[in-house]
Amino acid sequence: MTDILMPALSPTMEEGKLSKWNIKPGDTVEAGQVIAEIETDKATMEVEAVDEGVVDAILVPEGTDGVKVNTPIARLKGEGEAASSAPAPLQSTTPTAPPPQAVEQKPAAPPASSAPAPPKTNGSARVFASPLARRIAAQKGVDLSAVKGSGPHGRIVKADVEGAKPGAPRPAAATAAGPAAVSQVKSLEQLGIPPGSYDLVPLDGMRKTIARRLTESFRDIPHFPLSIDLEIDRLLEARGKINAALEKSGVKVSVNDLLIKASAMALKAVPDANASFTAEGIAKHHHADVAVAVAIDGGLITPIIREAENRSLADISKAMKDLAARARDRKLKPEEFQGGTFSLSNLGMFGIKNFASIINEPQGMILSVGAGEERPVVRKGQLAVATVMSVTLTCDHRVVDGATGAKWIQAFKTYVEDPITMLA
Amino acid sequence: MADTFDLIVIGSGPGGYVAAIRAAQLGMKTAIVERENLGGICLNWGCIPTKALLKTGEVFEKLSHLGDYGLSATGASFDFDKVVQRSRGVAKTLSGGIAFLMKKNKIEVIEGTASLEKATPAPKVMVALKAGGSRSLTAKAVVLATGARARVIPAVGLVPDGEKVWTYREAMVPKAAPKSLIVVGSGAIGIEFASFYQALGAEVTVIEALDRILPVEDADVSAAAQKAFEKRGLKFRVAAKVTKLVKDKAGVSIDLEAGGKAETLKAEVAIVAVGIEGNVENMGLEALGLKIDRGHVVTDDHGGTNVPGLYAIGDVAGPPWLAHKASHEGIHCVEHIAGRAGPVVHSPIPGCTYSEPQIASVGLTEAQAKDKKLDVKVGRYPFKNHGKAIASGDTEGFVKTVFDAKTGQLLGAHMIGAEVTEMIQGFVIAMTLEATEAELMQTVFPHPTMSEAMHEATLAAYGQAIHM
Repeated sequence: MTDILMPALSPTMEEGKLSKWNIKPGDTVEAGQVIAEIETDKATMEVEAVDEGVVDAILVPEGTDGVKVNTPIARLKGEGEAASSAPAPLQSTTPTAPPPQAVEQKPAAPPASSAPAPPKTNGSARVFASPLARRIAAQKGVDLSAVKGSGPHGRIVKADVEGAKPGAPRPAAATAAGPAAVSQVKSLEQLGIPPGSYDLVPLDGMRKTIARRLTESFRDIPHFPLSIDLEIDRLLEARGKINAALEKSGVKVSVNDLLIKASAMALKAVPDANASFTAEGIAKHHHADVAVAVAIDGGLITPIIREAENRSLADISKAMKDLAARARDRKLKPEEFQGGTFSLSNLGMFGIKNFASIINEPQGMILSVGAGEERPVVRKGQLAVATVMSVTLTCDHRVVDGATGAKWIQAFKTYVEDPITMLA
Repeated sequence: MADTFDLIVIGSGPGGYVAAIRAAQLGMKTAIVERENLGGICLNWGCIPTKALLKTGEVFEKLSHLGDYGLSATGASFDFDKVVQRSRGVAKTLSGGIAFLMKKNKIEVIEGTASLEKATPAPKVMVALKAGGSRSLTAKAVVLATGARARVIPAVGLVPDGEKVWTYREAMVPKAAPKSLIVVGSGAIGIEFASFYQALGAEVTVIEALDRILPVEDADVSAAAQKAFEKRGLKFRVAAKVTKLVKDKAGVSIDLEAGGKAETLKAEVAIVAVGIEGNVENMGLEALGLKIDRGHVVTDDHGGTNVPGLYAIGDVAGPPWLAHKASHEGIHCVEHIAGRAGPVVHSPIPGCTYSEPQIASVGLTEAQAKDKKLDVKVGRYPFKNHGKAIASGDTEGFVKTVFDAKTGQLLGAHMIGAEVTEMIQGFVIAMTLEATEAELMQTVFPHPTMSEAMHEATLAAYGQAIHM
C-alpha cells in the first residue's frame, strides 16, 4: 500500500483544498497521470501521480478544504512498496529550500480511550467541535484550540465558542515551524463597531495569505523608503517609437514594461541591491527576477518576469499580458508568482502621486511607482513643464543600506530618463 | 417490605417510569407509587391509545377512496366498540409491559395515592394503599411525576360529564361515535380528536380562541393544516371565544363570540381541549412550602425544587406537556441526583400532531426567529412535486426549514404531510449535533422517500433546490 500525500505545491504552502479527483477506487494509476486538482490561495494546480498502482481508497473527499500538506489523500495498491523518491512531486525547484512547514502537519491521532477526559488540543492535533461551533469560531476569529469544550468527549459546542473571547491567544506550545504566533485580537465590538452594522465576508485563501505575509514582513523587516522624482518625457517618446516599430507584430509596450526593464538593468548594474537577507548570509541573486503587482478580484498577486535583465521589451510585454490575464483567472502556477528578487508596484493608473509598498519577503526592495503628470520643473533657474513621475523604493535595511538603495535609484533614474542608455 | 429507598418516584407515566428505570440502572434502590395504571396518562389515556384510534381512522379513510389505488370493496363500516376496544387493548398491553420493566429492574411498585410530609433529607411519602391501609416511606430523594389533567372552565360550562361534554379521557371510551362534534381548542389534542371522529363520519367543528389553529406551529403550517382539514370536511371558528355551553336533549349548544358577532353551534358532543393543569392538589405540597406557579411546580435545570430532596419532572413541572420531554427530564434529574450527570447536550424538543395529514415541528418558527432579530434563510418544499409522495398518493403538505443566515444554524423545521412525525427526528438530531446547512446538504437521503423533502427544503433555503 502506498499513501498519496497532499503535495506541497510550493515551499510555503501549508494547506490547500482538494477540489477535484480524477480517479476513483479501482482505477489504475500511471506515473505522470493527473489524478487530482488542488486549489491554493492563488491558483488551481493539477497533481500528477508519482507512484503507480491501483487506487485502493480515496481518503480525502472532493471539495475538502484545509487539507494540510503531507496528509494522506488516497491510497494505492502497488506491486510491492514502490519507494517513491519525491514526496512532494510538484515542489518548485529551489534546491536549498527545506520544507519545514510540511513536517509538523501530521494530525495527532485522538487518544482512543479518553472518553471522560477531553483530548488535548494544540496547533496540529484534531480539535473536536460541532460544525456550527467551527463556523462561529471562524467568523469571530476565535482560535478553537484555545477553547474548552463542554460537549460529549470534550467537544466544543456553540455555547463554548460564544463564551470565548475572540482571538484568545494560543497556548504556549507554538508550532515547530515558528512564527504563526497570533497576537491578541480584539473583536470589532470591543473596538467600538456595533454588531449588525456591517456585513462579514469570510476570508479566502488569498486574503489569509496576504494578511499573514504582509504582517510578517511589516513587523519583521526594517523598512525604509527612498524617494525620487523622474522626468519621463523621453521615456514616453521612446515608447511611442518602439510601439510604432512593433506595430506589425501586434505588441504594445506599456510604460510599466519599460520600468520593468529599467529596474532589471539597474539591479544588474547594482548587484548589491539584487539580494536577500538570510541568517546564513546575504543571498546575491544571479538574475533580476522582477515580480510585478497585479490587482485581481479580491486581492493582489505578483507574477514574475524571470531574468528580466536579459529580455527584450517585446518579450516582457507579451509575458506580462499573459501573466496578468492568467492572474485574474487565478490560473498562475506557483513558480510563476512565488519567489522573485525584486518587486514593482504601479498605482499610477489611479492617480496616486507616491506611496511606499511593503516588501515581499524574501526580496530586498520594492519599487512603488506613482502617476506621471505634468509638473513644473526648474532647470538652471528657469521654470519649465515636464512629465514627472514620483517613485519610492522601500528597502530591507538588513541587506540594502541607504547608499546601496540610492545607487540603485541612480541607475534606475538614468535608464528611465534616458532610455537609450539601456542599450549600452 | 422495606420502607427506605434511595429514590421514590410518584407517578408512573413516561416521566416517572423512565426516571425509575434510570435510577435502577444507576444502582439506586427505587420505588414507584401509582394510584391508577402503570404508564400514567400517556400509555392509558393519552399518547398511545389515541394513536391506536387514529390508526383506525387512517385505515378507514383509505377505504373511502380505494379506487385511487385500483382497488374496490363494498360495505366499508366500523364497529365502534371494537375500535375502542382495540385502543384499550393496546393500552393494556403497554401497561403490562411497564409492569414487566419494573420487575426486571427490581423497582418496587406501590399501588396507592401518595402525599408528602416534611422530613430530611427528603419529604416522607405516605401512601394510602389501593388495597387498603397505608405505608410510610422514606428516601434520599423524591421525584414528583404526577402529571396533569385536562383544564376545565366551569365559568362557561366547559366541564366534562362523560356523556355530552368530554375531555380527552371520556373521548377515549365513548359509548358510541358521535354524529356531530364540537371541539373546543385546536392544539394537538383537539385536532387529533377532531381528525379521528371526522374520519369516522362525524360533522366536526373546531373552535379556537387565538387567530389561527395549532397556534404553536409555524403560521404556514397552521394555514396549510386548516386548508387540508377543511378539504376533509372539518369546520373551524378561529378567534372565537366560547361564552356559554348549555346542554339539552340533543346534545350541547355552544355560544361563541367571534369578531364582535355572536353565533350558536349545536352538536351531540363537545370535547374540551383547552390545555392542562398540573396535578398538585391533595398531596400536602402546600404544607411543604413547595413553590407552585399557576398549577405547575417551579423547578431548576435539573428538576430541583425549593424543597430539599424533592424534585419534579414532566407535565407537573410545566410546558411543553410532552411525554418525551418528561422522559428526558426524568433521566436528567435522576442522573443529577446520582451525581452522574454527563456533559449536557442541548436537544430541542419536537412536537407532533398525529392527525391526517400529520404535523411535526422542532425549533423556532419563522416568526419567532425574526422576533429574535435573526437574519433567516427559509426553504419550503411542497410534497406535490415529490416523487415518493406522488407514488403513494400523499401529496399534501410541505417541509419548511429556517436557517440562521449568518451561521447556517438550523433554527427550526416545520412539516405537514404523510409520515412527517417519523421524519422530524432527522432535524432534531441535526440540531442536537449543531449541524449547519452544509452538513444537511451533504447528507445522502435515500431515494425514493418522503424524507428527501427534508434535503430539498434545506437546499431551497439556499436557492439550490433541485426538484422545484
